[in-house]
Amino acid sequence: MQYSIMGIIMAGVGGFLAYIFRYNLAYPGQSIPLFGHLAPLQYNAFVTCHGMIMVFWVGMPILLSGLGNLLIPIMIGTDDMAFPTVNMLSFWIFFVSALVLLTSFFVPGGAFGGGWTMYPPFSAGGYLNRNPDFFKALFSGTSLMILAVALEFVAMLMGGINFVVTTINKRAKGMTAFRMPIVVWFLNIASLIFMFSVGPLVAGAFMLLLDNVVGTGFYDPNRGGDPILWEHLFWFFGHPEVYVLLLPALGVLAEILPVFARKPLFAYKPIIYLALVSAVLSVLVWAHHQFVSGIDPRMATFFSIGTILISIPFAGIFLSFMATLWGGSIRMTVPMMWAIGFIALFLIGGLTGLFLGSNTFDIYAHDTYFVVTHFHYTLFPDVFFGFFAAVYFWFPKFTGKTLNAALGKLHFWCTFFFFNGTWFLLFFNGLHGQHRRINDYSSFSLINMEPYMTFEKISTICAILLILSQFIFLYNLFTSLAKTKNPELTKNPWHSATLEWTADSPPPHGNFKVYPEVYRGPYEYSVPGEVDDCYAQNVPGPSFENNENL
Amino acid sequence: MSTKQQHLTLSENKIPEGRLGLWILIAGELVIFGGLIMSYLLHRLRYPQWSEMAAHTSTFIGALNTVVLLCSSYTVVRAHEAAQKLDVAKATRWMTCTVLGGLIFLIDKSVEYTHEIQEGFTFTSPSLQHSGDYVNSLFWSYYYIMTGLHSLHVIAGMVVMIIIMVQIKKGKNLHRVELAGMYWHMVDLIWIFLFPLLYIAK
Repeated sequence: MQYSIMGIIMAGVGGFLAYIFRYNLAYPGQSIPLFGHLAPLQYNAFVTCHGMIMVFWVGMPILLSGLGNLLIPIMIGTDDMAFPTVNMLSFWIFFVSALVLLTSFFVPGGAFGGGWTMYPPFSAGGYLNRNPDFFKALFSGTSLMILAVALEFVAMLMGGINFVVTTINKRAKGMTAFRMPIVVWFLNIASLIFMFSVGPLVAGAFMLLLDNVVGTGFYDPNRGGDPILWEHLFWFFGHPEVYVLLLPALGVLAEILPVFARKPLFAYKPIIYLALVSAVLSVLVWAHHQFVSGIDPRMATFFSIGTILISIPFAGIFLSFMATLWGGSIRMTVPMMWAIGFIALFLIGGLTGLFLGSNTFDIYAHDTYFVVTHFHYTLFPDVFFGFFAAVYFWFPKFTGKTLNAALGKLHFWCTFFFFNGTWFLLFFNGLHGQHRRINDYSSFSLINMEPYMTFEKISTICAILLILSQFIFLYNLFTSLAKTKNPELTKNPWHSATLEWTADSPPPHGNFKVYPEVYRGPYEYSVPGEVDDCYAQNVPGPSFENNENL
Repeated sequence: MSTKQQHLTLSENKIPEGRLGLWILIAGELVIFGGLIMSYLLHRLRYPQWSEMAAHTSTFIGALNTVVLLCSSYTVVRAHEAAQKLDVAKATRWMTCTVLGGLIFLIDKSVEYTHEIQEGFTFTSPSLQHSGDYVNSLFWSYYYIMTGLHSLHVIAGMVVMIIIMVQIKKGKNLHRVELAGMYWHMVDLIWIFLFPLLYIAK
């Protein structure tokens, strides 16, 4: 819960940064309302921090830590996480990391502006300065950024250990591995991917920090180091990271779709296997971010093939979701709209990813707005649509209060429309060759960006409206929180079968009065004659999991 | 939490929680060192000149430290054995041996660092120009970061052991002796990799 609140606050910061540089892109050189004039270096710093914040301080806490801490214990039918103290420690380390990052805006020289990937030489100050002043270098934007990221990794590692141990050890009686809700599976797979890919980057970040503050030459070719080493260490983590963000959101979808289609989830076990396959593949594709870094073309081919292969498990998961909807009696509630919106938008993001996976096309599109648009079409639905779907779905359970559905739908349509308005046209700008790190094309007189400035302006206006429409959500949230609790109405409003809906709402400390016992899988819907036309997991009786779900 | 209901919960495959968590932590630590070792190896293969630098490390002290760490791993196993028999005094004795082992390791390491720094091989090694080749100096950066990070783990292990010794004196958390032992074995194992890579391969 604290993670999600922290995530929302940081999303505000990230959104404000986005507003500033979007405004600058559409109206270069002009003074920005609420901010003032944006210097080119500041532009770079803001773009960098926007990326950092949205991935590490919004996506990670909301999707992994927030959902994990809230959902894992109650969905597997236990009282709390395995290590509550570790959990608290993890949150406070995360909190400090956010403060360190925000501090970096106010040190001399400003925040780091070399892109969220932090490639040397720009991020390794030791290049120019072999004997840096230790304290001055430590309190530079670069070092603070590295420190903040490192602290955040420590926090997430601790959280991940907690998730996996809780899931392995504290499941309710009868809650076998293949009776766990998909979201629990996916949160665990995501934690494992994170834990096993982040290690080399922790070492690499340590080396980068030393390059800055002590003046070592790990990434300095003059002294036998290699800047490409950082790219490998970074992307060995950086690529799996997108699946760390994607899997929990897909898990949320797997919970929501069967409830509102009133059908068992199509292909429960294959979905889990596909996610495991994607987890293995995810650590084998990282160099597709480095096609223009001078890697061996034979290696590039390998990584191209790997990248295109990884679309198979995810296509499998998405098709299973659509097959779940097929022939269901669909109820277009607010969470369901967000879930379906997610699928629609992610389809665009996923398909453009196929283009970029091929090294021949990537060499052309690298670092253009095509890439930027591609990953916003994947990450925005993932982080925000996934998050809002989860909020509208579980809010009644965890607060005992209800959100306003009409405002929820308005929020959805505004977000959906303005998100597409912001990004879709920028695909064309990207194909035209607009570079992601150039803030003002008017200084490049040979490049004619004039025809594309209209798209820039439309995009910026939509982006501002997109940010403004999030206030609908905040208004809805706060007015709903001010209501009185209604435990009866919010006990199981969606007629869902998983364990969290059998607890009181909001769940008391310890979640359950009596630990539930589990008799079947999580998605037994459309059972004729049963109350709510579904079999809750904790009601004694027959189980259909073997003939229904496979 | 406080309301420990009739304990229906908890899965059938009951591995103690602490042990399970520690296994995952160890796996994570190994990946961190794995990344470092991999980076070092790739550079080492690219620059055969590094062997000249590796010749300056003291194989004798390295070997001595290997023996010390292996012995301290043995003593922590004895501590675990004693803890299983609920023999607190014996467990404390054996753990003290392990902490002493760690201390000897750190003393050796400081002696070694002192020698190397006196010879001019520092973390950043600007004085290496006399060999006419900057490329070599990175060996020392890797040497210090790998052994330094490992030494930090040794210190962490010692601190943890002292905390656990205080706890078992009060008669609680006897099972944590095993966890400290597991962590110590990991520290030991990493050294087994570092020793040949940095000292023997010349």
